[in-house]
Amino acid sequence: MIGPLLIGLYVFVLAIFVGFEIITKIPPTLHTPLMSGANAISGITLVGAVFAARMGGLNASAVLAFVAIVFATINVVGGFLVTDRMLGMFGRKRKS
Amino acid sequence: MKSDVFSLLYLVSAVLFIVGLKGLTRVRTARRGNALAALAMLIAVATTLLELGSIDYRWIVAGLAVGSTIGAIAAVRVQMTAMPEMVALFNGFGGGASALVAASVLWLELIESNTTATVAATLGGSAAVTVFLSFLIGCVTFSGSVVAFLKLSGRLRGRPIMLPGRHYVNAVLVLGVAVAGWALAFFTTDSDATRLACLVVAAVSLIVGILMVIPIGGADMPVVISLLNSLSGLAASATGFVLGSNVLIISGALVGASGLILTQIMCVAMNRSLGNVLFSGFGETAAGDDSEYQNVSSYSAEEAAMVLESAESVVIVPGYGLAVAQAQHAARELADLLESHGAKVTYAIHPVAGRMPGHMNVLLADADVPYEKLIEMDAANPEMRTTDAVIVVGANDVVNPAAETDPDSPIHGMPILRVFEAQTVLMIKRSLSPGFAGIKNELFERDNTMMVFGDGKKILQAILAELKELSAAA
Repeated sequence: MIGPLLIGLYVFVLAIFVGFEIITKIPPTLHTPLMSGANAISGITLVGAVFAARMGGLNASAVLAFVAIVFATINVVGGFLVTDRMLGMFGRKRKS
Repeated sequence: MKSDVFSLLYLVSAVLFIVGLKGLTRVRTARRGNALAALAMLIAVATTLLELGSIDYRWIVAGLAVGSTIGAIAAVRVQMTAMPEMVALFNGFGGGASALVAASVLWLELIESNTTATVAATLGGSAAVTVFLSFLIGCVTFSGSVVAFLKLSGRLRGRPIMLPGRHYVNAVLVLGVAVAGWALAFFTTDSDATRLACLVVAAVSLIVGILMVIPIGGADMPVVISLLNSLSGLAASATGFVLGSNVLIISGALVGASGLILTQIMCVAMNRSLGNVLFSGFGETAAGDDSEYQNVSSYSAEEAAMVLESAESVVIVPGYGLAVAQAQHAARELADLLESHGAKVTYAIHPVAGRMPGHMNVLLADADVPYEKLIEMDAANPEMRTTDAVIVVGANDVVNPAAETDPDSPIHGMPILRVFEAQTVLMIKRSLSPGFAGIKNELFERDNTMMVFGDGKKILQAILAELKELSAAA
């Protein structure tokens, strides 16, 4: 049996390889949207923030978790929306 | 059984992140890819809420509401020229969130429960190390990104800020944070000591983030944002290790890989190593003055228009100056007019044009330039020889021939757009002042270069007006 740390490490290393494979194929034209999209994805830490806020109450831990949720949500919502906005410009027909 | 369903939902989310990212490999599918990644995020968050069951949701709902509002307003309002600083700031929020999650876990499990056990005994040895890593990387990402944001938005000067003996200071700080982290993970047994160790780690890593970014000059910003992007992903991954969440580990790793690749691409495009970017304080050398130049010939917009009127192939080379002058729309109008006269017009984009990877493409797309007309450097260079006229707007170092001809030049070896091979180079610039690298550009003195001095937007509009007059007269 391997422990949770090693399983996590397996997952991490394999995901890095998947990331390398996909991202090297992304054309330079799309690098800015890639970056803001990736940024939004890194807001996945929101899951951790929500988990950390589960106890409620008025403790330091709850306040820290609340601020974490705000930060991560800004990152997620803002990141995906602005990426969509940019990608919309790439596809649109020229105004004549 | 129920937990299996949740695990499967997290798996669906992780797969959708990968499929979404894959969508970003093509312009046609990119928008859908982004939407899939957003869906993946929604599934992950919803699953977490379901998994937690009936808990006190007030903090969570309030946090989601406040964050969504701020994020949505920022996303709708931001100008495309301000994209780099916005990405930097969002990055900081992502890193900061990871650090705060780690802090919250430490407070909840140790400090508030007044335990006498160490972090390692409470959370397990590996979680003790990863909670420290997520705290450390998150803090570095946060403060580094905030400094990058301040620099990019012009609130802090762009030139490198060099502190004396900073390498020693950095070494001491890194050592200090490692010791504090070690103590935090394995030795502190009462809540006061644990809290103190936490605060030391936070303070030192915030300082490391600041010191990492302040010595870096404006031209190197694309490298720095890419690197911070990567770090924000790694911080999320580390949080995933703490919480034993595979979806966090996977998506964090994807972002980490993405940021690393972009960092690498940017370094290659400037012919510099990452270490050189981070530690050399490039661009701190005193800027040269106009007197260095001889034989510079200045031309009017009218003369420029006459050259363009007879040109059959035109390449536009946009630099960040184009964005600053808000000249992208004027450039596109000029291109339209030249095309209506039968000329072939393309845009040659240097990989580090703009302030972040791919920035120039977004700015031109914002001005309705079809992306098929944007040519990458490697494809653009072989065409230069047969190009009648090149219009350089707001770019400098990326067209400096010294990168190829002068082995002593600080930019020697950097790949450049070989505009000097074209029949005529129209260089639209405010003055002879140097670019980010702070060096002379001998292109200005070449016989086939016509300097047209002035604001990029105004000059392009003046050329446009002259061209219209010329064609009306003909």
